[in-house]
Amino acid sequence: MTVGSKVKQTLYSLKSSEATLRLYSLKESDKEARAIYTEAFEEISKIKIDLEKRVGSIEFQEPQYKGD
Amino acid sequence: MSNWLIILFNSTILFFLTLILTRFMKKRNLSKFTPFEFISYVVVALIVTLISLGIIANFYFGLIALAVWIILPIVIDYSSMKSKWVYNIINGKQRVLIKNGKVMEDNLAKEKMTGQEFLQELRSKRAFNLADVEFAVMETTGDINVSLKTDKSPITSYDLGIKIGSKSEPQTVILDGNMLNEGLTNIGLNHHWLKTELENKGVALENVFIGQVDCSGDLYLDLFDDLIQVPKSQIKEMLYASIQQSQSDLMSFSLETQNEVAKSMYLKNAKILEKVMNKLEPYLLR
Repeated sequence: MTVGSKVKQTLYSLKSSEATLRLYSLKESDKEARAIYTEAFEEISKIKIDLEKRVGSIEFQEPQYKGD
Repeated sequence: MSNWLIILFNSTILFFLTLILTRFMKKRNLSKFTPFEFISYVVVALIVTLISLGIIANFYFGLIALAVWIILPIVIDYSSMKSKWVYNIINGKQRVLIKNGKVMEDNLAKEKMTGQEFLQELRSKRAFNLADVEFAVMETTGDINVSLKTDKSPITSYDLGIKIGSKSEPQTVILDGNMLNEGLTNIGLNHHWLKTELENKGVALENVFIGQVDCSGDLYLDLFDDLIQVPKSQIKEMLYASIQQSQSDLMSFSLETQNEVAKSMYLKNAKILEKVMNKLEPYLLR
């Protein structure tokens, strides 16, 4: 497995965590827990953007692995 | 009119009358009666029996006596709600039996309690060792309540300094294979949601005995057919595990890469994710 595909895998698992957290932040009835979930998915979505940039630059450096 | 008809008639009337009147009386656990309350209930029961059997010759005299014994307790209950003075007169005061770990022998004597009975009561409250008891009080009902010394009382998550997510009460949404509208609306969900959720678990509504939704919106089911295994919802645990996995991935990327900018970016995000995990832990794992 190349570095690019590893990073992509992490990116997708982060995306799924973000989506689940977002779902819980909507379903949860307790205010405090809701705030924690919201904060968590916001943080994760920032990390996600960083990773997407990194994936972009890896693909630029190693175009032969693009689209993994 | 023959006698048996009168008894039948009177008893039927009294049956519903007492049923309605006792609804207005204070609700109490039978074991929590003060002696006076016990007497007043017994008197009411006796009067009703005597009237309905026709032993009291005059039906109306009987009713007057019944009214007094039912209405006066209600009046007293209301006035003791409004005034502490009345309350103390009716119910008496609670008495401290152990203070700062020392038995108050005078108060024990006032309650006409022997040392043996006292120890027995303490044991029934799981205080086997007198040395463990900081404070004990006899309530007006005769119950003894015990407060243990702080180092002997059960430990709570607060003592350990562990944060635990709060949980509000679950709502019952299915009973005996029927959807309950009240529970669903209380938690802000509808039939459609429930049907989808049941479909996801592959369970028919008719097969569900009890279904409850907890505060985070997860559905727990108990089926009539106990051989069928319902998939337990472990979404929260899985979510936490997946975030943990991502965090460790980021750490290993930061070690593998030779690009300094990328290295610091991975490290920074791994740290952020770790903080997020610490915050989520009480809610996802406990």
